[in-house]
Amino acid sequence: MGLFIIRRLTSAVLVMFAISVLVFLIFFATPGVDPAARIAGRSATPQIVAQIRHEFGLDRALPIRYGLMMDHLFIKQDLSSYVNIGDRVVPQIISAAPVTLSLVLGAAVIWLLVGVAGGVVAAANRGKFIDPLIMFFGIAAISVPAYWLGEVVNLITQSKLHSSIFSWVPSSGFVSLSANPGQWALHLLFPWLTLAALYAGIYARVLRAELVNALNEDYVRTARAKGLSERRILLRHALRCSLISIVSLFGLDFGALIGGAALLTEVVFGLPGVGQLTYTSLQNLDLPVIMGCVMYGAFFVVLANAVVDVLYAFLDPRVRLA
Amino acid sequence: MRSSTSSTPFSIREFDLPDETASTQPLLEVDDLRVSFATRGGVVQAVDGLSLQVGRREVVGIVGESGSGKSVAMYSLLGLVRDSNVTITGRVRFEGRDILGLPDQEMRSIRGHDIAMIFQDPMTALTPVYNVGWQIAEQIRAHGTATKQQARTRAIELLGEVGIPDPARRIDQYPHEFSGGMRQRVVIAMALSCNPKLLIADEPTTALDVTTQAQILDLMSTLQDSYNSSIVIITHDMGVISEMADRVVVMYAGRPAEIGAKRDVIRSPRHPYTWGLLGAVPRVESKRSRLVTIPGTPVSPLDVPAGCAFGPRCDYRFDACSERPALRGDGGHQDACWLDERQKVAIRQRVESSIGSENAS
Repeated sequence: MGLFIIRRLTSAVLVMFAISVLVFLIFFATPGVDPAARIAGRSATPQIVAQIRHEFGLDRALPIRYGLMMDHLFIKQDLSSYVNIGDRVVPQIISAAPVTLSLVLGAAVIWLLVGVAGGVVAAANRGKFIDPLIMFFGIAAISVPAYWLGEVVNLITQSKLHSSIFSWVPSSGFVSLSANPGQWALHLLFPWLTLAALYAGIYARVLRAELVNALNEDYVRTARAKGLSERRILLRHALRCSLISIVSLFGLDFGALIGGAALLTEVVFGLPGVGQLTYTSLQNLDLPVIMGCVMYGAFFVVLANAVVDVLYAFLDPRVRLA
Repeated sequence: MRSSTSSTPFSIREFDLPDETASTQPLLEVDDLRVSFATRGGVVQAVDGLSLQVGRREVVGIVGESGSGKSVAMYSLLGLVRDSNVTITGRVRFEGRDILGLPDQEMRSIRGHDIAMIFQDPMTALTPVYNVGWQIAEQIRAHGTATKQQARTRAIELLGEVGIPDPARRIDQYPHEFSGGMRQRVVIAMALSCNPKLLIADEPTTALDVTTQAQILDLMSTLQDSYNSSIVIITHDMGVISEMADRVVVMYAGRPAEIGAKRDVIRSPRHPYTWGLLGAVPRVESKRSRLVTIPGTPVSPLDVPAGCAFGPRCDYRFDACSERPALRGDGGHQDACWLDERQKVAIRQRVESSIGSENAS
């Protein structure tokens, strides 16, 4: 198991390296683009462009250029935006990351709890009234777009009913966890619920299907023949095996959301997260920021998948040998 | 007990009485078991009036083609048929106690404890994500007060008993790390973990290769001696029957076709279906290049003929077969066929001599 974790993390680092090379090549080695001119800005004199070209090593061989760029990005952290000259890329991402992490982590806890509970309850009561009811709410939550749901939530909590039952809801924005944990949670409560709705619906439906399949497996019949209680069979045998697919789904969703896919929720609730940063930099074609965001996103996708694979091996002994 | 408590001969009798009934009373009595499923195509009568008794330490074989209702019958008496469209009627008594339709809670204390099961496919019968020791200990702990450590010690002991080498190490391995035969041994160890009085084995060797089959059958015989269990073995293989069983129930279309001691059923089978089954056992000395089969296919459970279910496939059917035959015969050996005793003997001898002459030619 320990060996498996080390192997998996090593391969994650290698994947990260490959992604950084690829991203570098796309952004800074594309023929016909002069990165030095873009870094220097539109009104820069040729001398300044030449100076920057030299500083960033853009006049040197490709591998050295790559090394210098990574140095600027990760070690010196002085790569700056094309558009807002002087805005450093890395500090921007570092200040946006906690917002996104707070949003996605909180939502993930909610959607896992609700999704798994919904799936288990539906599977345990399959054929009864509550099963289609849960599945109906699941499909409804999946069908409602996050931006629409977010706007409706805002309309209700910030405007229509803000003077009565929702007077405790703060205006949108972000308060950091270290500054005030209570306000942090309060500000994020509705963004969490909005983001979690879609995934809770998906997970409940997927888990129910997996559980119903698992309950028809031979090993469940063996468990019944052993004289175990239905509850134990459902939770210890069927759920344990069904969680494997939930975990792999979670790795993909979580990584993508941390990497910026929570954009819609961030915009609707005015949260200055990585999604919003990526969105503005894309609108301005701000290459260094885009590159930074892509690297950041890739980092979390790869990390989340590595963690999922380790979890996977923990849940399923058959994977450990592979 | 007897000497200390009794002062008159009458009280001795009274004390002896329960003992006597306990030893003569069959362990399992199934009386007119009927299992039907309501399906879209109509009612499927999977088991249609099965009655059988299993004595203590007796091995009863249930034999029949696929779909003859042999597995469903055993599953339904244990409450393992979970279909909401199922209807189960009849009477099942285990140690004199009615167990059919017991609430799940009470049934659970019987399943795995008094009656254990061995399944057909050891590759899928174990939960893939737990090691085998955990799975055996789980059953031990579900039916008693053993601590984790005691259950583990017992599990190691059991793995040793079923012939798994190095049990103390292999107990921590997962099902996928065992071969098919070894997995079936694990399943057997699990079934034996609570010293069950009755073991129901549902085609325990069907999914295994031939040499492993023989080992598993040997193992079951040995363990039956040491554990004093009764066994119901479900199979479609007459070879398994002749190896293991004391008594045989031949089933066709959910109905018992013939019941009797193994010796009687194999040496002097009375039902044409049993003749077919026995005739279909391949013989090494036979020069026929094609395997012998029973002509036709098993009846569709949705469309069982009104009379004898085997009628459409039977070479010896006559007018009477349009009515359903009841089990007839002397106490030990019964069959459900309208042919009279002399006709059956005559036909059987003719069939046997023709097989004999083919083998000789």
